[in-house]
Amino acid sequence: MAGAIASGWASFAAMLLAGLVLMFGLPHVFDLFGLLQMTVFVAMAVLALSQGFIWGYGGIMSFGQSAFFGLGGYTYAVAVMNLGDSTGAVALAIALPAAFAALLGYFMFYGRISDAYVGVVTLTVTVILFNVFNSTAGDWYTIGNAPLGGFNGMPSVPPLNIPGHPDEPLDPGQLWYAAMGSLILVYVLLRGVLASRFGRVVVAIRENETRAMLLGYDPRLYKLLTFTLGGGIAGLAGCLFTNWGSFISPTAFSLAQSAQIIIFVLVGGLGTLLGPILGAVAIQYMVTLIGAQQKVDGNLIVGVVLIGFVLLVPQGVVPVVRNVLQRLFVRTPRGGTAPVASEARP
Amino acid sequence: MNADAVPLLEARGMTMRFGGVTAVNNVDFVLGEVELRCLIGPNGAGKSTFFKMLTGQLTPTAGTVRFRGEDITGAYPHQVARRGVGIKTQVPNVFDGLTVRENVFVAAARLHQARTARRIADETIEHVGLTRIAGRMVGQLAHGQRQWVEIAAVLAQEPDLLLLDEPAAGMNKEEVARTSELIREINKTKALIVVEHDMQFIRMIAKTVTVFNQGSILIEDDVHTVLSNQSVRDVYLGRQAA
Amino acid sequence: MDLIGLTGFNILVAIATLVLLALGLGVIYGMMRIINLAHGEFLMLGAYATALATNHGVNIWISMLIVSPLVVGIFGLLVERLFIRFLYGRMIDTMLATWGLSLALIGLVTTLFGTTVQGVSAPLGGFAIGRYQGSLYGLFLVACAAAMLGGLYALLRTTRFGLIVRATMQNPNMAAALGVSPPRIYMATFALGSALTGLAGGLLAPVSGTAPNMGVAFVAKSFITVLGGGAAFVTGTGLASTLFGIIDEIATERTTPVFGEVALLLSAVILIRVLPQGITGRFFRRST
Repeated sequence: MAGAIASGWASFAAMLLAGLVLMFGLPHVFDLFGLLQMTVFVAMAVLALSQGFIWGYGGIMSFGQSAFFGLGGYTYAVAVMNLGDSTGAVALAIALPAAFAALLGYFMFYGRISDAYVGVVTLTVTVILFNVFNSTAGDWYTIGNAPLGGFNGMPSVPPLNIPGHPDEPLDPGQLWYAAMGSLILVYVLLRGVLASRFGRVVVAIRENETRAMLLGYDPRLYKLLTFTLGGGIAGLAGCLFTNWGSFISPTAFSLAQSAQIIIFVLVGGLGTLLGPILGAVAIQYMVTLIGAQQKVDGNLIVGVVLIGFVLLVPQGVVPVVRNVLQRLFVRTPRGGTAPVASEARP
Repeated sequence: MNADAVPLLEARGMTMRFGGVTAVNNVDFVLGEVELRCLIGPNGAGKSTFFKMLTGQLTPTAGTVRFRGEDITGAYPHQVARRGVGIKTQVPNVFDGLTVRENVFVAAARLHQARTARRIADETIEHVGLTRIAGRMVGQLAHGQRQWVEIAAVLAQEPDLLLLDEPAAGMNKEEVARTSELIREINKTKALIVVEHDMQFIRMIAKTVTVFNQGSILIEDDVHTVLSNQSVRDVYLGRQAA
Repeated sequence: MDLIGLTGFNILVAIATLVLLALGLGVIYGMMRIINLAHGEFLMLGAYATALATNHGVNIWISMLIVSPLVVGIFGLLVERLFIRFLYGRMIDTMLATWGLSLALIGLVTTLFGTTVQGVSAPLGGFAIGRYQGSLYGLFLVACAAAMLGGLYALLRTTRFGLIVRATMQNPNMAAALGVSPPRIYMATFALGSALTGLAGGLLAPVSGTAPNMGVAFVAKSFITVLGGGAAFVTGTGLASTLFGIIDEIATERTTPVFGEVALLLSAVILIRVLPQGITGRFFRRST
């Protein structure tokens, strides 16, 4: 697992290159409809990265990552309707969920509640937000000139625009570049964080909180910062999602949404960044396929996938594939892990 | 520097009760700079509880702990550690999913930038004799090696005082000898408190010994005096007979 | 005066509802430390069992009191055998697997019966509280909740089965050494918890309606009540239900049902933060 912290510049450069190739290549392969579909996959991949970071590296089991996703979406919608220009709205869509995550994280980690309770508390907070946003129908729930719309959500949210030029909105083709660019940026950011001293300590705390504490690190602070960063990234994903459909509704806060984020990470692989991205794309694609037919309800298949992975492949696809590849191509003295220590240069 | 004026570590009236059970009762304990002290005593004598109160893992029911004159009673473990106290716990607490090098690096990185921390980690690993296995996952190592990894991590923290809880537990004869050598070497510059069961091991390293029995200090003296003391023998023989 | 009577009655019903929702979960979490995130769907299955049986001509009382607990109890037994037993001691994995089960059940029921089925209406009539009207069925729910709490307490405290169960939960190895088979006890406990949940689902069917995703609304409430109750889960569930039931009902009367539930959840989250061991973990020292 530690080998994944950073297997050096080579894998990083390869990932970055692959990302850029997709970013500039896909518009030549897909028509506009296909590209729009890829855009929502990318938004989900950003969301999956937030969960993959806090869970796979920080060991924090959040069952409510959709809370920050939904907040990001609503914040963008409300802000862009009031500000006109989308630049500040995007910043707010990251900052507000991050601040909310910081508040919730302070409450949980400095209260030293146990891991399973973190799951239950995050889940409960998500249910609270779902309930609250569901009941925001009517004129009373209007922020500036943005009505929240209750169960029906907020339609016709203005899209991103060229910074400083509210009258130059991005078309769906341009939105693809913004979304994919965001994914690449988030990936680079997380790789950097994980290669830094801070990232090492975060992983160390996941491995053994007592030892980290006895070495002088305050696990509460590191978990709080990890959780806050994860909240901000989930907020960005919510902002991208809202842009994709020009629409946000309380379903963003639903437990089914939270479950889906966890499935992204679980299927792709814990303790990797590539895994959650691939998991998000694969599962989101599957959900789209299921949605197209009428015989079987989507929840049934998603649920069975989740059970199957917990029981049969709990470490996820990417770690399994990587181990197989290593066993095939790298001779390690005792199986297990790569001989190259993961002391990557920052 | 006058070590007698302000002792390195000074615990007064330390008491710990769990429900109706008093695990440690009114213990006074003083340790000077660069001193090596062994704590011995039968199972359930209160050594580990006393230890955990020093490190902040338990908050004493009564009593105070001072480190270089400053009150650290009830501080969090990370706060105690930051004052320069390194702790090896009884059951090895290591990062199983990280390599040996990463384990020691994380310890050194609290005080230093990554570059310096890496250098300190490599030096410490060399010093403890783990260079050959530095790239291995700690979770895959044998028990004795894991103990050393933990000691290496504690050393890389650059503490002034090391608390070692049963550092030789589960080691074979050679490993015990190597560990005692290591402890004597550490003691050239740092103070240590060592909790141990193994009398052979105590004979190898000890100068002054504190004997715990039933939550109190039975005797505190030079190692030879203590080991020839009749009541100490009774306590241990009594335990073995039981 | 009449209004106070009505409020008191509503509070009682709110408390009873919480007890019903949480008790089966309390058995499974309290005894086995398993967080069953499919709990809401177990309730949903109980409600469906009652609705379907009644619609097929079974007497409604038999549907609620016998069919629902039986169906969901057997279902719980199957679930335990099929996958829960492979996950003992892996708390997070159990949460994930049961979450998957939760989604799968919602999907399955939607696939089989569509998004709505014909519900059942509450039997019994009403009674007068001064100028207001209370439902006799509400009173029946209160009686049921009290009987279930009392019965479970008696079962665990006074019977041989209860003793064996409590001993196994405290120390499975010791119990095994004394000739008890822990896997069978776990199985029985999970089935018992499921049956209680099924019974609750059946009893609540006339009040809450029947829909595939009805469980989602219950799961957070149930959990937070059990966690708020703490280690002595029978007493704890009773106490926590009382506290949260009062908060829920008062907030509901002053604002809307949605904010009543929000108030309940918020106060529960705060309670868990203040008393991580729950109410009984702080003030009691026993296991039921």
